[in-house]
Amino acid sequence: MAGLEDLYREIILDHYRNPRNRGELEVPPAVQAVGFNPLCGDEVIVYVEVRDGVITDVSTGGQGCSISQSSASMMSTAVKGRTVAEVRRLVRAFKRMMSIHGTGIGGTGDDLDDEPDSGNGTGDVKLGDLEALQGVVKFPVRIKCATLSWNTLVQALDETFA
Amino acid sequence: MSGELGAGTRADFPLLAREVRGRPIIYLDSAASSQKPQCVLDAMNSYYETINANVHRGAYEIAAQATEAMEAARAAVARFVNAPSADEIVFTKNVTEAINLVARSWGGANLGPGDAVLITEMEHHANIVPWHIMAAEKGFELRWIGVGADGQLDLSNLERLLDGAKLLGVTAMSNVLGTLNPVRRLADAAHDAGALLLVDAAQYVPHLPTDVQALGADFLGFTGHKMCGPTGIGVLWARAELLEAMPPFLGGGEMILDVRKDGFLPNHIPHKFEAGTPPIAEIVGLGAAVDYLEGLGMDRVREHEVSLTAYALRTLQDRYGTELAVHGPSEPACRGGVLSMSFRDIHPHDLSQVLDDRGVCVRAGHHCAKPLMRHLGVPATARASLYVYNDTADVDALADALGAAGEFFG
Repeated sequence: MAGLEDLYREIILDHYRNPRNRGELEVPPAVQAVGFNPLCGDEVIVYVEVRDGVITDVSTGGQGCSISQSSASMMSTAVKGRTVAEVRRLVRAFKRMMSIHGTGIGGTGDDLDDEPDSGNGTGDVKLGDLEALQGVVKFPVRIKCATLSWNTLVQALDETFA
Repeated sequence: MSGELGAGTRADFPLLAREVRGRPIIYLDSAASSQKPQCVLDAMNSYYETINANVHRGAYEIAAQATEAMEAARAAVARFVNAPSADEIVFTKNVTEAINLVARSWGGANLGPGDAVLITEMEHHANIVPWHIMAAEKGFELRWIGVGADGQLDLSNLERLLDGAKLLGVTAMSNVLGTLNPVRRLADAAHDAGALLLVDAAQYVPHLPTDVQALGADFLGFTGHKMCGPTGIGVLWARAELLEAMPPFLGGGEMILDVRKDGFLPNHIPHKFEAGTPPIAEIVGLGAAVDYLEGLGMDRVREHEVSLTAYALRTLQDRYGTELAVHGPSEPACRGGVLSMSFRDIHPHDLSQVLDDRGVCVRAGHHCAKPLMRHLGVPATARASLYVYNDTADVDALADALGAAGEFFG
């Protein structure tokens, strides 16, 4: 049975208590997207600014549990300064890690709403600190907390290129 | 039935004998769904094992017995809420469907531009969204009674809000605050203004003696699974003359007297509103749940919950003082056993996770009451709710688990 320490890793609690890249960006040039977790009321706002295919700035706001807010903070540090193509690969790798199917644990969880080839091209992506969130998969009801900011980031990127 | 509620009734509920992670389960989420006593499970099993057949048709013996069992449950439910006639008891899937039935059928026939429906800021989404949907379709105005001090409705401008309103919808007991609203007073005010009163009694019927006539309601909905019954069965009670005048909700079998190529003739009430094969086993189970609660005595149920709520409020106050806020009325006699908590700055989702680790089941979230959450200025709360099988030991376990959460996130 998974214990609380599998869920609440120290690095997660650190990002929760001291969130990075917290705040707002001017819209435009930034694009804003809002994501809701209808089950628990969590809300994440993601601002991204893209220049020449590179995410030059990212900021997050909103409110929610330690998992949703720390995931948003870790997401922001992971994507800032990277190309949109790299980030899309990172999102796929992250969502694969957060998928019950991807890690071979039974039950149903967050749907992989990527294109059918979502499994391709993620093998070389380094998740780094984000791997601390892997324990969330053992608590299926919390998976949506961890993926909320990532889905919202994708919304913002899609809007940027809409 | 004799003996104390709480520890004395726990043995009636088989699920409460199980453990969670090696600890006895502490079930404090009855406002979401109650546990089921053995007698309800037995009644449903017995139905399937001995008289399972479709109702209201078939001349053979078990079909007649199934129909009899279903209609006996309807009579038991009518008696339980003091409805003048069992014909006024319409079986639905849950309260949500009951309110949607009223919104769609009564609202569809009676509401239009220039009209208003008045609801409160402490409604469950089930008594908000159906009106949003119909307002968009019919062009009437949706008005709101706000929440004031101590978790009570702000009725200071009730008359003005009711001016031009055709229906007032109110929860008899808030699923977040535990507030017991002044239903009779609201009924009188609504009727004086020419409006009808719809009562969401999902959190009321399971916990207090209910008399639809004394409450002065016109429509009142409740649900089986919060009152020791199964899921999938709810009730709409409405005055017969209203049901008679309302157009059908869902069309199909059971709800007709005659069908021709050029139209149909609806059945008499309540069958007019019960299209298709009903959830017969669930209706039988609800009947058994009503018998069980009547055996306990609803006055005793209420007394037990008031005293346990008082104990809980006192215990949490003694242990955690201002670090822990319980939203809603402070006086146990003015509220139900629903304790929506904000504890330090620990997010309710994290709080409930740590409580779960100790076998304590509470609900974290917005409790389908987002307008109220916005009013309270919190994104969510952790809610513990009490019922007939809970006792002071459960409250103590909750208080201990809160302490553990405080240390974990300290």
